[in-house]
Amino acid sequence: MKLFILISLFSFTLNVNAERSIRSAVPDTMTERVRACTICHHHGDSNQERNTYYPRIAGKPEGYLFNQLRHFRDGRRYHQPMALLLENMTDDYLRAIAHYFSQLDIPYSAPELINLKSHEIDLAEKLIRLGDPQRNIPGCSSCHGDTLMGTAPYVPGLLGLTSAYLTAQLSGWRSGSLIRGQVTNCMSEIAKQLSYDEIIAISRWLASRTVEGEVQKVLPLDLAKRCHAIFPGGVVEE
Amino acid sequence: MNQYRFWPNTSFTKIYVISSCVFFFLFALQVPTLSASSAEHDLVKGEYLARVGNCLGCHTAKGGVPFAGGRRLTTVFGTFITPNITPDKETGIGHWTEEDFWLAMHEGKSRDGRMLYPAFPYTEFTKISRADVKSIFEYLQSIPAVSQVNSVHEIPFPYNSKPLLFGWRKLFFKQGVYEADPAQSEEWNRGAYLVQGLGHCDACHTARNEVGAKKDAAVGGGQMMGSNWYAPSLYSRKEASVIDWRIEDIIELLSSGVSKHASVSGPMATVVQQSLQYWSPEDIRAMAVYLKSLPDRAAHGSARYPEISENAKRYIVQGEKVYEKHCQDCHGESGQGVPGIYPALANNRSVTLPVPLNLIRAVLNGGYPPTTHLNPQPYGMPPFQQLLRDEEIAQVISYIRNAWGNRGSLVTVVDVDQGRGGDH
Repeated sequence: MKLFILISLFSFTLNVNAERSIRSAVPDTMTERVRACTICHHHGDSNQERNTYYPRIAGKPEGYLFNQLRHFRDGRRYHQPMALLLENMTDDYLRAIAHYFSQLDIPYSAPELINLKSHEIDLAEKLIRLGDPQRNIPGCSSCHGDTLMGTAPYVPGLLGLTSAYLTAQLSGWRSGSLIRGQVTNCMSEIAKQLSYDEIIAISRWLASRTVEGEVQKVLPLDLAKRCHAIFPGGVVEE
Repeated sequence: MNQYRFWPNTSFTKIYVISSCVFFFLFALQVPTLSASSAEHDLVKGEYLARVGNCLGCHTAKGGVPFAGGRRLTTVFGTFITPNITPDKETGIGHWTEEDFWLAMHEGKSRDGRMLYPAFPYTEFTKISRADVKSIFEYLQSIPAVSQVNSVHEIPFPYNSKPLLFGWRKLFFKQGVYEADPAQSEEWNRGAYLVQGLGHCDACHTARNEVGAKKDAAVGGGQMMGSNWYAPSLYSRKEASVIDWRIEDIIELLSSGVSKHASVSGPMATVVQQSLQYWSPEDIRAMAVYLKSLPDRAAHGSARYPEISENAKRYIVQGEKVYEKHCQDCHGESGQGVPGIYPALANNRSVTLPVPLNLIRAVLNGGYPPTTHLNPQPYGMPPFQQLLRDEEIAQVISYIRNAWGNRGSLVTVVDVDQGRGGDH
């Protein structure tokens, strides 16, 4: 009798284990769930990361990533492949995805090898650090941080991206096609003041920088108010 | 508790039970003001019915305010822009009476007597009872009024002509509330009422003729109007009939978006997310019982495929290489998939449908099953058009359609290209 019980118990355990081994073939992780994202947003393969248009999203501030995801889903930032992937997702799932990528800490690729001319360097550094008060253009670093690594939680870092991607985004802001339906948007107002030469110089300068430094913690209140569209409901909490 | 046994051990069930208890507790407290409570109860019923009919699915622009309209429905007849159905007096239906609303739902006529285009599925909504229409109307009148002017339909001649619409209605519109079949159970009749009426399933699951009328029996399959997807027939074992399924599996798929054997995609994923996941356990079961009872009419006949030629074999072998490199990791060496996570491709009807459009779209665009209470963080499929050339996509689809016992027509580069575009 004892033997019978032992055998029954043993075979029961075996069954349970067999069932588990099938389930555990697919890890119950966010890494597995976002495989649809990472075939384009390569991570850990620096050559691919550098040679494709798709931006690096690992380590970007969480609120920024969540904003982009819902804008893609809701048709405010237009990119059809993203819209199709996200169309039946809730805000909760988008937040979980944003959280996952914001926490992802993987090495950055080496910067793009770009021969910047000295006048390009002067032009880019002036706009990035000081802006142009006469045209009401703040320096990039005033919002995106002295390190240009972004300001938590809504402002993205500008380093570790390709010049092609940066040029396309700034041009998109300039032509008003990047974020649709947001009448007052600080980046659109700023980019409309920039010439294409300036956009190209800024993009090339940023893409050639080595990525280092921390994400900034606080956005100055006057600039936060100017960019209120990035806050939930467009309201800045003082 | 029997009716909850397909929703076991989930936090959703707990929330549902707890909130029901809270509701009954509050209800008990409010006995002295019974009339107010019963009005509230009607609004809850109306809200539920509006969910079941998924009014906001069409009457909400992408990223817009619910029920304020403005969604563009592009069809071969032109573009329809859905109206604002919030109770705003100027731009919505705030000045409508219940009788006006009944005329629209039941007869397909607007408040001014104008005939409505059947893009608004009054051909199905006509089957809804007066009491249910009244509940929906009262709910819609209770939501916040939103002032939003939507542009007018962009319907070119001849489709904008009144006589044509008049004739169309004479030929294809049969007015009348659903009549229960006394030979069937109450549950079956409830399912039929929901599927044929408020749920308006055959607005998509039907083949349509040149003037947009249903061609075959209701809930047959067909290319979706205004959407680059094929809605499979619910009357064919080769397509989406559930005649051989267990009731539990039908319920699981419709309420969570995934089951052991299938997952929903494209417009159906949106329907599950916006509507079906909110259906009561009784209603979703009634629907499953009715759908399972639909006979196999094999709407498209049984296609016969000739022996695979040497040329075709070479083409398919190329596809196998693509499969091994990009697909096998998730869908398995023999297309077996992982139940509930990565769909099996072997013996999968959506893989071998005579119209390969949905499969092409799945490979081009990838996608996720809907996020639902029961499946809050689904696994997804990458958009392979970002990685593979059209030729490789055509080859791998041809391979999948003819591997592991599957048989289906080969897919060309032209087919793949035609799978692009369209909403969803």
